[in-house]
Amino acid sequence: MPIGEWFNKQKKLAPGNPNLEKRAVPDGVWEKCKGCNEPIYTKELEKNHKVCPKCDYHFPFSAQERVNHLTDPGTFDELWADLSSEDPLHFIANKTYVDSLDIARDKTGLNDAVICGTGQVNGRRVAVGAMDFGFIGGSMGSVVGEKITRLIELATDDRLPLIITSSSGGARMQEGMVSLMQMAKTSAAAARFNKSGMPYISILAHPTTGGVTASFPSLADIIIAEPNALIGFAGQRVIEQTIKQKLPKNFQTAEFNLTHGMIDMIVSRLEMKHTITRLLDYLEPRGVAQ
Amino acid sequence: MRRFAYDFEKPLVELETKLDELKQLESAEKQDIAFQIKYLEEQIQKLRLRTYSKLTPWQKVQLARHPDRPRTNDYIEAIFTDFIELHGDRIYRDDPAIIGGFARLGDTRAMVIGHQKGRNTKENVLRNFGMPHPEGYRKARRLMKLASKFQLPLITFVDTPGAYPGIEAEERGQAVAIAENLLELSALAVPVIVAVIGEGGSGGALAIGFGDRMIMLENAYYSVITPEGCASILWDGEGGADRAAEALWLTADKLFKLGIIDTIVKEPLGGAHHAPALVARDLKRELEKSLKELGRTDPAELVEKRYLRLRDIGFYSQESGVAKTLNLNALTGE
Ligand SMILES: [Zn+2]
Repeated sequence: MPIGEWFNKQKKLAPGNPNLEKRAVPDGVWEKCKGCNEPIYTKELEKNHKVCPKCDYHFPFSAQERVNHLTDPGTFDELWADLSSEDPLHFIANKTYVDSLDIARDKTGLNDAVICGTGQVNGRRVAVGAMDFGFIGGSMGSVVGEKITRLIELATDDRLPLIITSSSGGARMQEGMVSLMQMAKTSAAAARFNKSGMPYISILAHPTTGGVTASFPSLADIIIAEPNALIGFAGQRVIEQTIKQKLPKNFQTAEFNLTHGMIDMIVSRLEMKHTITRLLDYLEPRGVAQ
Repeated sequence: MRRFAYDFEKPLVELETKLDELKQLESAEKQDIAFQIKYLEEQIQKLRLRTYSKLTPWQKVQLARHPDRPRTNDYIEAIFTDFIELHGDRIYRDDPAIIGGFARLGDTRAMVIGHQKGRNTKENVLRNFGMPHPEGYRKARRLMKLASKFQLPLITFVDTPGAYPGIEAEERGQAVAIAENLLELSALAVPVIVAVIGEGGSGGALAIGFGDRMIMLENAYYSVITPEGCASILWDGEGGADRAAEALWLTADKLFKLGIIDTIVKEPLGGAHHAPALVARDLKRELEKSLKELGRTDPAELVEKRYLRLRDIGFYSQESGVAKTLNLNALTGE
């Protein structure tokens, strides 16, 4: 049995178990911070939600880590974990799409690039989604589009606040136009959710770029970015080739987006849950029985 | 005047040039030349068929980008009457890469929006090669709202390499401008008919590029990424764009199979620019047909149907429960 299949089987035995992927880190293991180049003990880093205690550099967070971090312990129920992508185009480049999917499944333990479900944030029930950049660059194909749409529909029907953390390189080109249309599909769901009167908070994590940015992540009531996150539509290499100039140093950073009015605030991961709780206090619809 | 030609068209153009030269000769021995002309004409006819009847996806992409290809304004002029162009996003400026306004299709009053490319270098600089900035999308959105307010069906023409990738475009919110158009279009309470006439370049096309009826010209393309862009990421070396164009399923026939477009409008051999009036006439017929069908539908039902149509796009499997598993074998049985 290929290792990918084995891994999927193991995972399916305990769907949605948030602790499954947590491996014990032995003492004394350390890694170098990309922000300040200082060594940090991995244990210390994990305790600090993968934020460097010295320089506030935000290390990559998996979708599972995000969900665990945002929701109260034991309250997250994952939905639609068994959705997996077909290969409508029989896409082959330097490797087949089927192989890319298998490799990504092995690497992340996920079936695709997003985790969705319901959970509680300081006792308040919410619909929550988190994208995983480790799964083919967090790209949006049929499964991401479908799960995000279902999540938004669930939040609309059950009148739940919606919280989605994005981290994506864009559309999944191996699914061709089917992937591009997921931008329209998720945006259409967001349009319906907007009429429900319930709040939508979008968190943009490093990186949120390409077509995905031009859909549901940009259609929220409140948009929050993590510090230093790269956020934008066009890729920097493409822009450089087009305008034949060097890009400004802070181009497309969270700070750049804040200055240009594209996001409401930049919030450290360490403050994220607290900030969301405070926001939800303001965004509670009036006169609606929960 | 030398005609523009892609590599795959060059042998044909060479013959055509030779024919022109022959025809210009005022020779004494006319009979001799008449014979040669006739022979050449036959050869050209054969070669034209061979060149254009089995175009590869990459060759179609090239035709979709052909400098002589009819543009949005050409179709507006050929199909509609009484076009009144409207300008500006009311925020920053008027973006010439997108045009729009009121127009009549027969007796039907409509709102028309389209990407606008130029006909020559000077025009293309003005039109930014049909690549909009955020203000272009915001103008489009303003016109969508206007269409909805006055119950005018919306007809869009898609022809862009993509949204402009530039510093200022990012500063002014290219992503949010496109996202808001997707949101607006998805819930617009009037019929929305899309005609993909040339390049359907990714999110920049999608921002005015989905609706209740999707019409596409035979040699147009609509893609999540340009073949060149895809090749630079997923292929190494020469010929990547060719292979990427094949792999991406970006042509009208493939998109019809995927259920993303509804109708293909045929083009003459060699592309729409060889007989623009014919293509405009056929496209007009399709627009009229769609308008007639959609005009009978209640607005709320239109929006619901549009939602369900988008809702249905995706290919995935689910082990448990009531998932939608599409019959992929039916799709790819070629
Ligand atoms: Zn550090």
